[in-house]
Amino acid sequence: MENRLFDTTVQQLKYEVIKELIKAYDKGLTNDIYHDIPIAIMPGPKASLRCCVYKERAILQERLKMAMGGDKNNPNVVEVIDIACDECPVDGIFVTPACRGCISHRCAEVCPKNAITIEDKHAVVDKSKCIECGKCTQACPYNAIILQKRPCVLSCKAGAISVNSDKKAVINNDKCVGCGACVYQCPFGAIADKSYILDVLDILKNSENNTKYKVYAIIAPSIVAQFNYARIEQVITGMSELGFFQVIETALGADMTLNLEADELKEHGTLTTSCCPSFVKYIQINFPDLAKYISSTPSPMVMTGKLIKKLEPTSKVIFVGPCSSKKFEFELDIAKDYIDSVISFEELQAFLDARNIDVSTLKDTALDNASYFGRIFARSGGITEGVTALAKERGFEAKPVAMSGLDECKKQLLLFKAGRSPFNFFEGMACDGGCVNGALCLHHGPKSLTDVNRYGAEAKEKTVDNTVKLYDMAGAGKSEDGTAKDEAAAALEKKNK
Amino acid sequence: MVLSVCVGSSCHLKGSYDVIEAFKSLIEKHNVSDKIELRACFCLGRCSEGVSVKADNNYILNVNATNAEEKFVKEVLPLIG
Repeated sequence: MENRLFDTTVQQLKYEVIKELIKAYDKGLTNDIYHDIPIAIMPGPKASLRCCVYKERAILQERLKMAMGGDKNNPNVVEVIDIACDECPVDGIFVTPACRGCISHRCAEVCPKNAITIEDKHAVVDKSKCIECGKCTQACPYNAIILQKRPCVLSCKAGAISVNSDKKAVINNDKCVGCGACVYQCPFGAIADKSYILDVLDILKNSENNTKYKVYAIIAPSIVAQFNYARIEQVITGMSELGFFQVIETALGADMTLNLEADELKEHGTLTTSCCPSFVKYIQINFPDLAKYISSTPSPMVMTGKLIKKLEPTSKVIFVGPCSSKKFEFELDIAKDYIDSVISFEELQAFLDARNIDVSTLKDTALDNASYFGRIFARSGGITEGVTALAKERGFEAKPVAMSGLDECKKQLLLFKAGRSPFNFFEGMACDGGCVNGALCLHHGPKSLTDVNRYGAEAKEKTVDNTVKLYDMAGAGKSEDGTAKDEAAAALEKKNK
Repeated sequence: MVLSVCVGSSCHLKGSYDVIEAFKSLIEKHNVSDKIELRACFCLGRCSEGVSVKADNNYILNVNATNAEEKFVKEVLPLIG
C-alpha cells in the first residue's frame, strides 16, 4: 500500500474507507457499499494484514460504520472496534530470555516491593506484589526486563482504557476526554474516531453551490504543517473546488479568544485556558475543584463560527482540524449555534482525493485573516506568548505556564490544587506539543513546529487589535454584560423567542 | 444603507482595515452615521478587484486608504441621496 501521506497504515486504511465512502456518496449511496467498499479496498485473495481476507473485510465494514458516524447510541466520538482489537498481551513486567542470571541482582535491589526473586539464576517477578513501577526495567544492565503495557492503555493519559474479560480494550466514557491519543497509537487501528463527513457532504450538496446558503470552512492553524506536498494557498483553492464558499482561518477566532482571556485573567487573577476541549474535560473530571478557574471564553473554533454567523446568519460553518475532541465540542451548548460540523485533516485529504483534486497542481488562493498570535495557537506555548504580550500592554502581570500532554497538565494542576503553583495562567493542551501534534493530523514530526512559527511570522497582522475591532464591529465579541459566555446564551434565548 | 467592507483574505491583504478606518471617519465627517451602517463581510466574490465594498447592491471596487475619500464622496454619498 502506498504510504505517501500518512505516518501509519492504520491512518491509510481509515482514509481509504472515507475516500471510497465519498465516491459512493457522489454516485448515490445504497446498501451495496457494505459489500463493495471492503472488497474494493481488500480485493484478496490473499490477506495482507490479518489472518484472512474475510476478517480484513469484516473490520473494514466496522471502519465504514465509523466513517458513517459510528454507534449513534454511544455519545463518545472515539470507539473501540472490537473485532479489530488484537487482544495484545497485558503481562505487565516481563523478564525476557536476555536475563543473564547475573550475580549483582540490581533488579531485585531496586524493587520497592521486593517482588523480584532469583530462581535458578533467573529473575522471577511475583505479580501479586509487583506495582509495575518499571524501576527494574531501568536497573537491568542487559535491558532484559520489559514493561509490557497495551499501547492503547499506555497512550491514554486520562486513564480511561481498561481490558475486559475477553481481553478487548474498553473505553470508560466517564473518564475519556476524547483526545484521540489511542486512535493514533493503537497499532491495529482498533480504536477510531467517528466521522461526520456524510453530514458535511449533505450540507454542501443542499447549499446548491452556495446559493441556498453559504458554506464556510474554518481551518485550524495547524494545517500549515500538513499537506506537505503543496502550498497552503493551493489547499485553499482545492477546498473551494470541493464546494466551500470561503475558507477562513480559525486563528481569527484565536485572536479574539486570546483578547478575551487576557481580560478575564486581569479580572479574575487566575485562569486556565478553554481552547482545548479535552483539557477542559480533563479538569472537569479529575480536578472538579479547579473547574471554576476554566476560562468562560469560547474556543477559537466557536469564536470564528460566531463571527461568521453574526455577519451572515444563514451560513453554515464547518471546522477542519487535527483534533478528535472538536468532534464533541461542536455539539456542546456553547458551540452548537455556531458550528455545524467538524472534519479532520485526514478526512479533508480523503475528500480531495475522492474528487480527484490534486492540490499541488492548483493555483494559489490567498489566506490571511488572523494575526501572528492567533496563528501560533497551533503549538504549545502560543497562548502563553500571546497573553504575556497582552498583559504587558494592559499593565498587569501574567505568570503563564504552557502545559502540553495530559501528564504535564496533571503535574501542574496538582501543584495548583495544592496551592503551590507559582503561575496564574495555565495554558493546557491534551496533545504533546499542542494541536500541531493532534491525533488526526496526516503526519506528526518536529518540522511541524517550524512550519507553525513561520506561518505565524507571515501574518499581515502582528497584533490582535484589528481582529478585536472586527469583532466589535460585528457585535460578536463581548455581550452587553461583558461576558463572552453569556453572549452565547443570549443568542440562544433570542433564537428561542 | 448598509456599507459592507470585505475582510476576506485577499481584501485583508490589500488593506481592508485601513478602508474600514477611513470610512468610519468619513461617515463622521459627513455626518451620515444615521444613514450608513458600516459592516464587515467575508468575500463579495470580486477578489481581484479588492478591497471590495458593497453599498446595498452596488459594488465599489479597488478601494484603498488613499482613494477611500474620493470613492466615498463619488460613489457612496450619492446613493443615500
